[in-house]
Amino acid sequence: MAVELVFEKKPRFIAAINDSLLMIKRSCTHILRNSDQLLGAFFQPIMFLVLFATVFGGAVSKALPPGVSYLDFLMAGIIVQTVAFGSTTTAIAVCNDLQKGIVDRFRSLPMNNLAVLNGHVISDLLRNSISTTVMLVTGLVIGFRSSASVLDWLCITGILLLFTLSFSWLAAIVGVFAKSVEAVQWLTFVIIFPLTFASTAFVPAEGMNRVLKAFAVNQPITHVVETVRALILGKPVGDQAWLAIVWCVGILVVAMPLAAWLFRRKTSQ
Amino acid sequence: MPHTDWAIEAKNLTKSYGSVEVLKGISLRVERGTMLALLGPNGAGKTTTVRILSTLLKFDGGTATIEGYDVQSAADDVRSVIGLTGQSAAVDELLTGRENLVMMGRLYRLTKASATARAEELLGEFDLVKAADRPAKTYSGGMRRRLDLAVSLIATPPVIFLDEPTTGLDPRSRLAMWEIIKKLMAAGTTILLTTQYLEEADQLADKIVVIDGGKVIAEGTAAELKSKVGKDRLELTFSNAKMLDQAVKVLGNRVADSSDKALSVTIVIQDNNEDIRTTLEVLAAAKLNISEMAIHKPTLDDVFLSLTGKQKSDVSQRIKETK
Ligand SMILES: Nc1ncnc2c1ncn2[C@@H]1O[C@H](COP(=O)(O)OP(=O)(O)O)[C@@H](O)[C@H]1O
Ligand SMILES: [Mg+2]
Repeated sequence: MAVELVFEKKPRFIAAINDSLLMIKRSCTHILRNSDQLLGAFFQPIMFLVLFATVFGGAVSKALPPGVSYLDFLMAGIIVQTVAFGSTTTAIAVCNDLQKGIVDRFRSLPMNNLAVLNGHVISDLLRNSISTTVMLVTGLVIGFRSSASVLDWLCITGILLLFTLSFSWLAAIVGVFAKSVEAVQWLTFVIIFPLTFASTAFVPAEGMNRVLKAFAVNQPITHVVETVRALILGKPVGDQAWLAIVWCVGILVVAMPLAAWLFRRKTSQ
Repeated sequence: MPHTDWAIEAKNLTKSYGSVEVLKGISLRVERGTMLALLGPNGAGKTTTVRILSTLLKFDGGTATIEGYDVQSAADDVRSVIGLTGQSAAVDELLTGRENLVMMGRLYRLTKASATARAEELLGEFDLVKAADRPAKTYSGGMRRRLDLAVSLIATPPVIFLDEPTTGLDPRSRLAMWEIIKKLMAAGTTILLTTQYLEEADQLADKIVVIDGGKVIAEGTAAELKSKVGKDRLELTFSNAKMLDQAVKVLGNRVADSSDKALSVTIVIQDNNEDIRTTLEVLAAAKLNISEMAIHKPTLDDVFLSLTGKQKSDVSQRIKETK
């Protein structure tokens, strides 16, 4: 062999972080190379934003507090909805890896085997940042205005990152369980669709019937939407912020180890 | 590194899926720097064995060590000395050939400079320089296999597992793969290769272990296995079971096989035809009449099928069917 091989001698923990960084780089490359997915991440939010604003705008604006336009109201909801739907790609990516046998290759290496999951979950943040930025720019073009300060925007970013992480870990569980990519799509559809629509993402809770309202105002998506919305509209966030944080952290605390455990179990049969 | 003469050693491996026993006590040993071919038909348990030895699969019983490391209790040590090329090419489709190599090198804990230089070297060796910066999904089957193998060699592990590396390849790609494998052997790598093709085991391996139904049914060098089953065979059929019994008795250890159902005995003919003459003389002396006589030139299929323990009638039938 002509090439002299030099191995890194790093403590286990640092090496594990290194593995995750390599897997994050891999998953981000996937996102940037998968042109269909990238187009989706780019145009889907634009389409949703414009459609919702024009279709529901007239009907819903009457139910809004005075001085609030539907577009300004909708922005928080549509951002959160995009993030929630976007987590599907984590599930698909995990499922794909498991189907294609590349996980076997990774497992035969002296690497930390949860790095694969970390890669997919963290790279979701990249795709969601793209989508959210596209959406904000589109919003500004069609008349969205916010009184939020820089600090408010930092808070919004923080809460959205937390929300993305928690939902991506949930999606990772789905990805480990599902037997095919189609199953992933079906599963996430059944979970995420009702969760986003039975929330205050698109309409205020006031107009909902009693049962729906009771569900809507007590579920995590609503808390996240309401927090982001209050910050955007310059209203007090009240209890919503900490409820959102508790929910997201709660989901993370359960979903992360569960996904890791399921992944380990699935790959070592 | 704990020292043993055996780079790979498995004792009595058993594995069941539910109530289905897939491995029924596989034992094998591979001397350092040699190649062992694990030969067997589809479903014999080759992949299962490889997955156990490469730490991917839990097993029920037995022990396995690679370079002295136990695959269960020292899995990480095992992983740092092995390379695995699985049955389906496990490369990242969206990454380029070069990116695949560098990433895997880094995961083997090579420094960035080492991984990059080694990737370059392997791309050259495996004739992938031109395709190096294209995503792997654009590669042909043969190129993908080569990349897959290159990936498992990135950190030059001393022990390599190759699970059916040539299945599904066209003849030219197969020959190219054989050349690569021969080079690996010349460099002193210990290799465990699985294959369904006797010819491949014959061409490449120092030793062959034949498995079927999760059991080892024969082992030895290619020459030893061939001499056991691969010679021309004389098949003599008798008109009744009594005669068959007597024939088996008088022919003693010349009998390679006998079938009560077909009322026949099979004798392996050594290199000259002397065997045929003496056999017939012995039978004539015992006043045993032969009702039918046939000489079989064994095909590779024949050798393989007889080794995997299928009935003679079954064999000829199968050979007819496949022709
Ligand atoms: N996950 C599994 N669950 C149940 N049976 C399995 C599983 N994996 C393999 N088998 C069975 O184990 C046997 C051996 O399989 P395998 O090792 O893949 O054979 P080979 O590689 O020699 O073709 C086959 O009968 C196969 O159906
Ligand atoms: Mg197999």
